[in-house]
Amino acid sequence: MKRPPVVTRAVERGLSPFRGKRAAHLLPRARLGGPMPWVIAIMVAITVLATAGGLALSNLVARASGDLAGSATVQIVDPDPRTRSAQAEAASVILASDPAVVSVAVLPDEEVEALLEPWLGAGAEDDALPIPALIELRLRDGSSETELARLADRLAEAAPDARIDAQSDWLAPVLAALSTLRWMAFGLIALLAFTGAAAVWLAARNALGSNRDTIEIVHLLGGNDDQIARIFQRSILLDALVGGLLGLLAGFAAVLLMGAQFAVLDSGLVAGGGLERLDWMLLALVPLFAIAIAVYTARMTVLSSLRKML
Amino acid sequence: MSVPESEIVQFDNVGLRYGTDREILSNISFTLFPGRFYFLTGASGAGKTSLLKLLYLAQRPSRGAIRMFGTDVITLPRERLPAYRRRMGVVFQDFRLVDHLSAFDNIALPLRVSGVREADLQGPVTDMLEWVGLGHRAEARPATLSGGEQQRVAIARAVIGRPDMLVADEPTGNVDPEMALKLIRLFEALNRLGTTVVVATHDVHLIRKVPDSLIMRLDRCTLADPTGALRYPPRRVEAGR
Repeated sequence: MKRPPVVTRAVERGLSPFRGKRAAHLLPRARLGGPMPWVIAIMVAITVLATAGGLALSNLVARASGDLAGSATVQIVDPDPRTRSAQAEAASVILASDPAVVSVAVLPDEEVEALLEPWLGAGAEDDALPIPALIELRLRDGSSETELARLADRLAEAAPDARIDAQSDWLAPVLAALSTLRWMAFGLIALLAFTGAAAVWLAARNALGSNRDTIEIVHLLGGNDDQIARIFQRSILLDALVGGLLGLLAGFAAVLLMGAQFAVLDSGLVAGGGLERLDWMLLALVPLFAIAIAVYTARMTVLSSLRKML
Repeated sequence: MSVPESEIVQFDNVGLRYGTDREILSNISFTLFPGRFYFLTGASGAGKTSLLKLLYLAQRPSRGAIRMFGTDVITLPRERLPAYRRRMGVVFQDFRLVDHLSAFDNIALPLRVSGVREADLQGPVTDMLEWVGLGHRAEARPATLSGGEQQRVAIARAVIGRPDMLVADEPTGNVDPEMALKLIRLFEALNRLGTTVVVATHDVHLIRKVPDSLIMRLDRCTLADPTGALRYPPRRVEAGR
């Protein structure tokens, strides 16, 4: 009888890592399943869209709020054009001399008519519907109610028909709605992250069940939990990389398409909702977060299941 | 309580039950010493496989104490169990080969788990395949191997890492007498290299082929000692423990 072959000392007792292709080859069914890259791709694409929406709304709200913060409008409503014009002139002189006012601009009648044209139609006559005189103000320290009340008091004598309003008051409900939409977008991102993690959890448990016999053998041969978890991590990492890249491309394409469509609207408010370079970089990070969540979830799921074994 | 290094395994009043059923093993106490060849016998259903599961750390006992390689493995954290499992080779009754791996990869599995580099394992695994007479079936999957060939792959996998202790559950149950004898000779060769061998079998003829072996017999859930294999009384807990 031949003596059994003597195995190199390297065999003995080590706890060195068991990873890479060889390890993955051991558990072929540790692949978390065909649909997983597609599930991750869809999740990432929707997350990119939701993130882009949230960021665009944030930009829009920030810019609109900044623009309106120190703006106010004085309206002089008087049916007599001459009185109206005289009051506007007097009001502009008083306001220009006020230290709190940075700039005063009386809107020409033609510009006011152009603003109202979409609602009143072209050629609206003054006599039929008196058009107010409008004065735009920029204030040094913002358009607080106290400041506006002080200016209104100063105008009361020279322009008794003047009414002064902060522009931010008009758009406050719109900005509040946009802000709500922004938080909903971020809430959607959180939900998507949770759903993605749940999908990976289910897939990992399924893959564990399919490989239970092999995992038991590896355990009994001295394999440890970390070695087995690494095999599943590698599998989900590959799936998440492919899915993340596909999702990012699809998400970017959708964002660019929507951006182009909104740009056609040529609306002042919408134009403020563009994405900055930093926003695009944040969007590019979405797949990385998705990969991190997927790998971490798979690892925790596998380790949790393995701890139930001896 | 410290155990002398020479004692490789010590069972002390070990009992095993599954759930709330009656005990499958009761008051099992024995000591195994390195370099010996042990047979574990007993009728079918006597609990041989259950006892071996305790030996190769696939199962924790319901009660009692087990020390292996000088360490209390009952209280050992499970993260540290793999290191002890790597000191053992196991031949399972049903082989438990990995279906989708070739004979070569099955035999290489313990080495890969131990972190041996691919370049370092090619030679030993090829030698081992030759040693068990399967050099020509290296790439064969278990499903294409005969029962005897699968048995030999399982044995090669168990001994490739030169374990301190080899545990084999009915290793000759699926082979003809000639192959059974050949496999026992393989175990003897390994034993001569210093590995403690524990073979569970109910084949009396097989036991007679290994004259220097010691016999433990499981009977009605308890262990008998027909050859004096267990004549060393297990160390009892001294007063004060």
